[in-house]
Amino acid sequence: MSTELLIAVIITLIGASTPILIAALGELVVEKSGVLNLGVEGMMLIGAVVAFAVTFATGNHWLAILCAAIAGSASSMIFAFLTLTLSANQVATGLALTIFGTGFSALFGQAYTGKPIELFRSVFPAELATHPVWRLVFGHSPLVYFSLIMVVAVWFFLKKTRTGLILRAVGENDLSAHSIGYSVVLTRYAAVAFGGAMAGIAGSCFPLLLTPQWAERLTAGRGWIALALVVFAAWRPFRLLAGAYLFGLVMTIELYTKASGSTGFLPSEFWAALPYIATIVVLVLISLRRSGQSAAPACLGKPFMPAQ
Amino acid sequence: MQFRLEKRPEPSKAMLYLTPVGAVLATALVGAIVFSLIGYNGLGAVREIFLTPLLNPLKWQDLAVKSAPLIIIAVGLSIGYRANVWNIGAEGQYVLGGLAGTGIALLTRDMSGPWILPLMIGGGVLGGMAWAVLPALLRTRLQVNEILTSLMLTYVAIQLLNYLVIGPWKDPMGFGFPQTRMFTADQMLPTIIPRTIVHLGVPIALVVAVAAWFMMSRSVFGYQVKVVGAAPDAARYGGFSVNRTIWLALLTSGALAGLAGVLEAAGPFGRMVPSFPTNYGFTAIIVAFLGRLNPLGIIFAGLAMAIAVVGGEVAQTTIKLPAAAVGIFQSMMLFFLLASDLLVRYRVRFGDRTVEARA
Amino acid sequence: MENTRPNRLELIGITKQFPGVLANDNVSFAVKPGEIHALLGENGAGKSTLVKMIYGIMQPNAGEIRWNGETVVVPNPKAARKLGIGMVFQHFSLFEALTVLENIALGMDAKIPARELEARIRDVMRTYGLLLDPHRTVATLSVGERQRIEIVRALLLNPKLLIMDEPTSVLTPQEVEQLFTVLRQLASEGCSILYISHKLHEIKALCDTATILRGGKKVDTCDPRIETSRSMAEKMIGSGLKDIVKPEGRRFGDAKLVVDTLSTRKSGHFDVPVDRVSFTVRAGEILGIAGVAGNGQNALLDALSGEIHGDDRNAITIDGRGIGHLDTTERRKQGLCAVPEERNGHAAVGDFSLAENSVLTARDRLGMVMLGLINSGAAKTYTGKVIADFAVKALGPGSTAGSLSGGNLQKYIMGREILQKPSVLVVSQPTWGVDAGAAAAIHQALVDLAAAGSAIVVISQDLDELRALCDTLAVINMGRLSAARPVKDISIEEIGLLMGGVHGGEERDAVPA
Repeated sequence: MSTELLIAVIITLIGASTPILIAALGELVVEKSGVLNLGVEGMMLIGAVVAFAVTFATGNHWLAILCAAIAGSASSMIFAFLTLTLSANQVATGLALTIFGTGFSALFGQAYTGKPIELFRSVFPAELATHPVWRLVFGHSPLVYFSLIMVVAVWFFLKKTRTGLILRAVGENDLSAHSIGYSVVLTRYAAVAFGGAMAGIAGSCFPLLLTPQWAERLTAGRGWIALALVVFAAWRPFRLLAGAYLFGLVMTIELYTKASGSTGFLPSEFWAALPYIATIVVLVLISLRRSGQSAAPACLGKPFMPAQ
Repeated sequence: MQFRLEKRPEPSKAMLYLTPVGAVLATALVGAIVFSLIGYNGLGAVREIFLTPLLNPLKWQDLAVKSAPLIIIAVGLSIGYRANVWNIGAEGQYVLGGLAGTGIALLTRDMSGPWILPLMIGGGVLGGMAWAVLPALLRTRLQVNEILTSLMLTYVAIQLLNYLVIGPWKDPMGFGFPQTRMFTADQMLPTIIPRTIVHLGVPIALVVAVAAWFMMSRSVFGYQVKVVGAAPDAARYGGFSVNRTIWLALLTSGALAGLAGVLEAAGPFGRMVPSFPTNYGFTAIIVAFLGRLNPLGIIFAGLAMAIAVVGGEVAQTTIKLPAAAVGIFQSMMLFFLLASDLLVRYRVRFGDRTVEARA
Repeated sequence: MENTRPNRLELIGITKQFPGVLANDNVSFAVKPGEIHALLGENGAGKSTLVKMIYGIMQPNAGEIRWNGETVVVPNPKAARKLGIGMVFQHFSLFEALTVLENIALGMDAKIPARELEARIRDVMRTYGLLLDPHRTVATLSVGERQRIEIVRALLLNPKLLIMDEPTSVLTPQEVEQLFTVLRQLASEGCSILYISHKLHEIKALCDTATILRGGKKVDTCDPRIETSRSMAEKMIGSGLKDIVKPEGRRFGDAKLVVDTLSTRKSGHFDVPVDRVSFTVRAGEILGIAGVAGNGQNALLDALSGEIHGDDRNAITIDGRGIGHLDTTERRKQGLCAVPEERNGHAAVGDFSLAENSVLTARDRLGMVMLGLINSGAAKTYTGKVIADFAVKALGPGSTAGSLSGGNLQKYIMGREILQKPSVLVVSQPTWGVDAGAAAAIHQALVDLAAAGSAIVVISQDLDELRALCDTLAVINMGRLSAARPVKDISIEEIGLLMGGVHGGEERDAVPA
């Protein structure tokens, strides 16, 4: 394989991983606070359609990303209100949010079918990325750099800041955190809002980074893979990075087999199914390695019932 | 005005069954407003989606046919959800049911006899069940979350379907269309009301729901499922195996989704096509909740959801409402239902006397 | 001069109303600087509610709180800490997955750099002899060590009043003595201590003053060093104390339950597994198993009930029949019933009606199942009998278990098992959180069951209960069980040593020569 091709593959891989990474980072923070939001896929779709619409209308990618983040966050507030304020079942509410996001994006996206937009490409001057190796450093969309910065930022926030400590405490033992005097509900609202914003941005990656065409359900289950990835990473940001790039590799294989038309001995549908099969395999592998106790936050998915 | 919540000593039975009705009404109301605001004919949308299918007798057969698979799948899911087993991959199990039935139909295409259809149905049930084996195995052996595995398998099932209808199962006489040949008369579900499309799947759905209701409310199996879901430690103490229950719950829901799949394949579709996955597996999740995870409630919830589906199709042609709007109505219904759950457990009191909940 | 100093804390007419319950009714008392003041009362007397109002977790409906002579409102725990009120909860508010240092940092209102905080923590630990590694994860610590974190956390704020809520319920007698030393040292430095307990001998040993609550009302404020345990107990419980009526001249029959080198594997939970436990209970005998929480009690109960079961059929025998390989259902059919410690969620399902809960354990012994179908009529009838015989306060068999108070639920659960007339009954913490009247009824029912020829095992952390109820006593420590001895022949000091892991002769046997 030539260097050119290898670098092209790596850049594709990084691009394919980025939305999963961003969404998973958001969900990681949400889950660390003790909330399981299965609505990632739905929030991503909402972010995707909003980013598409804003880009189409204004051509301003930054504005598109901002609006996607706001939309994702706003939709996550439906989930937060139902589960945190009204203590509804988190699994059911998350599913409802995904169904809602799917419907919402299909409703508002249909107007954009067949109307392409501009991809959000590198912000660095093209001269910097002339040599193939430099392209690896300077040849990415700002969304890629954002995702990498967020890996460090999320790690720093959870491990090194007091607010991060409080958030982890709320996820470990909500009743204790409450009895010490921290607001469990407020902390979780904030975490869910952050997760929603990240899912929205992750959604914006699809039209801005991957395919500048509108298609229904263009996130194709990536939100669910992001959820699996959080488990795979044992709730650690840097392992999330590694996991996301692993999935990026799997998806890149699919893209290249499709593009080259040579699918090996296996049908192209096998390669299309591979990311999902890989997700299951990964889930099996981590559960095999983990002996006994899980790394999951102790309160994950459980409603907060302060008045015992 | 201030309000406060007071925990009811016992969950309210009345609220349990009234809130789904309230959720549907609230959805209609809010839906009308929201769709008006975004520039559609909101009232028209609500009328077409919720009333036209009921008022137009021509649509009744559609309701019956659309609600049957929803009811069958939702009954299976409700058993799982009662046991705290979150199978959300019913769509995949539905597809596998359809594929298994189709496989048998293709093998028996040169044969005839009344045994073929029951064989297909049995195959469909086994197919759906088989697709639930992996999530069950992984959950019970390795504590792998069944939500993710069952959902991932749905995507795999759809790719499998695509592969089969484009590749080995493609109808050689089909002008290159990615679809199988038509089923023979012996492979199709008979219609039970002449000159309608109401097929055998409709009474099967009712039988499934009633039988499941009886099992869940009267039998030790139903008791076991409910204990495992409500308190796994208590189930173990009571002598019930949690793992066995998870297996039973997942296999049952897989089997019923497979049944729905094969009934659709041998009924309305009459062949296997790429458009076979019609979201029944996902919509049935809403149906299960709307029916309060009670098989009898699910009959009504399935009907209500079928109204929305049929009405959505009507609204597409009459008032140009996009197909996706139905999804929004459906998710709103679930949102309202989940929000109203609070009323089952709490009483809302108005006034400003602040009395805290008992600690 | 001493007398003119204002009271550290004074409560005047504090009243707290919950829906349907008056938790505190016009309670007034005062705590002087440097005083160790006991708040004494039965479970449900309103002690916890009262201190929650002092600590700002709840607000009173009426009355006032004075702090150093000035009326204050304590809107939240943060405000309480700012005033100088520290609290150590009965159920620790700790985070298992976090380190000692992180746990303490969470409890601090001021933002202190980690390094400085660690230095201050080490300082406090040295001063009071509370030794801990700040970087250890809480999950790896013993209960006593966890309590030290809570105390260190409270002491870092230099409190002027320290509230201790039932601090000794999880400690060995020796650990209790260490705790008292710390508390006395604190009091001598001028810190007031509000000590909540229902253990009379502790209060007599430690406290200067005692305020006694009953049914939400203050009964008396007295000097515990002058009062007798009996007089305080009567004030606490109200009516004259009821003693357990044991039939005179009891004789035990043949060995009924024989446990022979029973072991369990380590499970995923933090609980200690059972390690080569052997004991015998004769017909008519009540064997007590004492021990500090978390020493294998849960595993032992599960191993006896059948929730954990191995392959060795002879590890457990009833009347000579090996049942060690059987599951819960089969063991019940053989006559072994069990009641685990956790009522809601383990012994009963909160969302289910009482009748449905009866099906949970009585379905086979009492024929509630026919052809795979549940006979709900039989379940209702039996439940009605349990409710009547055990004076369970419930609307009827249709009430959900979760709607019952803890004591009533416990009475129902005990009744459900006892009325099945098991030949062996194993119970854990039979009267935890149960009021005195209900506890007496449960104790009597156990004694009566034994008198009818059943063998009974009672696992409890309450030494007073075990000494009153049991015929023989053994102590569990780190999954190992000491030899059972008649209750009369074993002193509380010996029990304490065994609870702390000093096994005497038996320990030496375990060491290979």
